[in-house]
Amino acid sequence: MPDVWVLIDHEQGVTSKVSHQLLTAARGLAAKAGGEAVAIFLGSGWATAKDRIAKYGATKALVSESTDYEDFLSSPSVETVSALIAERSPWGVLFPSSPSGKEIATRVAVRSGLGVLADSTNVDIAEGKLSCEYSAFGGSTLVTKTLKSGPFLICVKPNAFVAEESAADVSEEKIEASISDDAKRVVIKERVQKEAGGRPAVDSAAIIVSGGRGLAEPANFSLVEGLADEIGAAVGASRAAVDAGWYPHAHQVGQTGKTVSPQLYIAVGISGAIQHRAGMQTSKTIVAINKDAEAPIFSMVDFGVVGDLFDIVPKLTEEIKRRKGGG
Amino acid sequence: MSLNIAVCVKRVPDTAAEKKLDPTDQTLDRESVETILNPVDEMAVEEALKLKEAHSGEVTIISMGPEGAQPQAIRKALSMGADKGVHLNDPALHGSDAQAVAYALAQVVAKGSYDIILCGAESTDARTSLVPPALAENLKLPNLNFVKNVEVADGRVSAHRETDRGYDVIEGPLPAVVGIVWGANEPRYPSFKGIMASKNKPVETLSAADVGLDLAKVGLAGSQTQVVASGARSSERARNIVDNKDGDAHVKLADFLQQQKFI
Ligand SMILES: Cc1cc2nc3c(=O)[nH]c(=O)nc-3n(C[C@H](O)[C@H](O)[C@H](O)COP(=O)(O)OP(=O)(O)OC[C@H]3O[C@@H](n4cnc5c(N)ncnc54)[C@H](O)[C@@H]3O)c2cc1C
Ligand SMILES: Nc1ncnc2c1ncn2[C@@H]1O[C@H](COP(=O)(O)O)[C@@H](O)[C@H]1O
Repeated sequence: MPDVWVLIDHEQGVTSKVSHQLLTAARGLAAKAGGEAVAIFLGSGWATAKDRIAKYGATKALVSESTDYEDFLSSPSVETVSALIAERSPWGVLFPSSPSGKEIATRVAVRSGLGVLADSTNVDIAEGKLSCEYSAFGGSTLVTKTLKSGPFLICVKPNAFVAEESAADVSEEKIEASISDDAKRVVIKERVQKEAGGRPAVDSAAIIVSGGRGLAEPANFSLVEGLADEIGAAVGASRAAVDAGWYPHAHQVGQTGKTVSPQLYIAVGISGAIQHRAGMQTSKTIVAINKDAEAPIFSMVDFGVVGDLFDIVPKLTEEIKRRKGGG
Repeated sequence: MSLNIAVCVKRVPDTAAEKKLDPTDQTLDRESVETILNPVDEMAVEEALKLKEAHSGEVTIISMGPEGAQPQAIRKALSMGADKGVHLNDPALHGSDAQAVAYALAQVVAKGSYDIILCGAESTDARTSLVPPALAENLKLPNLNFVKNVEVADGRVSAHRETDRGYDVIEGPLPAVVGIVWGANEPRYPSFKGIMASKNKPVETLSAADVGLDLAKVGLAGSQTQVVASGARSSERARNIVDNKDGDAHVKLADFLQQQKFI
């Protein structure tokens, strides 16, 4: 069946934005491949997930509800997805290009003797052939790749597609998956939450405000957080800020941190070293605030402000608040 | 329990260098750039040395790639304190994608009897981070990836896996493939003594035939992924830059954000 599957990323049935983006992509691909957009839902919370999935146009869902998917690392998902592929041979499967999405896709690929593409920024079928784009060398080069044969396993970057609603009726099929002991070898013993929820995660956020060494001390990250909260953004950081211990590594953007492509990236007190740019230069719109007019970041902005961040950022946050209030 | 530890390391182009693809076959033109040991792999080596210090044992460095670069990467790890190296080098491997690399590395690893196989979680050049899980799957071993705080006790390995808001504590049986995340530790600098000593440490060079590789699974022909085209991405930006000398830049920036519908 030339169906296009999406491995749904969710927490207790609360589907992530990336899942909605992938369902949107799957709809387009399924129309070209001549199949259906199918959601693969593994874990608990299907009742919550069902409506959300229907909203983004999946016409079918394969559902395996088991807490094994949450108690053990990746392997239960690898096992179920591999078994489903062997049984039904879809056109392909889209995975979120996150650490766990890539890990699952890769292991499914090896187990099933298939190829896998990571970090795709666009997926299309051109003249009947799979065509995936991906950015190499920190975004300076655009590479088009394909896989020799299907079913195709493709990891898609967050924000590569814009999620579009298109309500559909989902027919659901419950899958009886018996997870083997082998797949239960790596146990998740504890989930430690060091940060309160609320702000979006850097990987998939539509807007990111990042702070760098220009903030001068850790407490000043509150300026970046204030601006981020006002426009609903995630908080990012340069390596200089992370190495100094001002912000956790999970927020680092760049070659040795996250590679992000949000709609809007605001760099505050960041010089724009090549290793930082490698993580953010494919952002749709780039804004920088820096007191040094010669800072390399200005060579790649859509809008730049030369000035003191301590003066500008609080005023900007106030200005945005005022405009939002005024409608 | 003394530990038999393997670390897979890769030579990558220097981060600051210009990189380009070889126009003839779309693989990285490795001759054209300076290369260094993948920075995260240094952290994997450091983690291995700490495990050896805590448990005693031996650290073997494994690298696959062409002549010149790969042996240098192995030497660097040996000068940090690793015990010996294995270099897999064969013209048949040229153009291997991540899965083919993992398959080849798996055959090398399978020749030893390692308790733990460390990797960097991702290389700074390919950044696919596909190799460690693919390696684990080839070897049918458990995989703990994107981790730090690695500890071994009673035949089990535990580690912290970075998440968006903190970390998960994960644990599994040895042998296992463990991918070390950036920032896991401060890799030690090779001492002068370490550099001198590394010159006498054994590095075994293996060919595809030595490890019994199925040549249909490696190289350009054996790789599932194919590059169709590549080109420079146009990075033209408006570069609308305002100075805050009149103190009203925040208003202009807010105007811009509003026009772009971010407010
Ligand atoms: C192997 C390797 C990997 C790396 N990986 C990464 C990575 O993943 N991510 C990353 O970010 N870096 C990475 N780096 C580091 C990178 O080279 C830079 O050192 C780093 O990005 C600099 O951070 P920064 O811009 O915050 O600091 P700086 O370069 O010090 O810049 C601070 C900026 O703040 C401005 N400023 C100061 N005060 C003010 C003020 N009051 N108002 C406005 N502006 C002000 C200054 O003009 C300056 O431009 C890596 C380096 C290497 C070698
Ligand atoms: N050619 C290679 N030789 C040895 N190890 C490698 C090689 N390629 C990748 N690795 C290992 O796999 C990790 C992840 O690389 P990658 O999947 O390319 O992002 C690296 O940090 C290395 O530990």
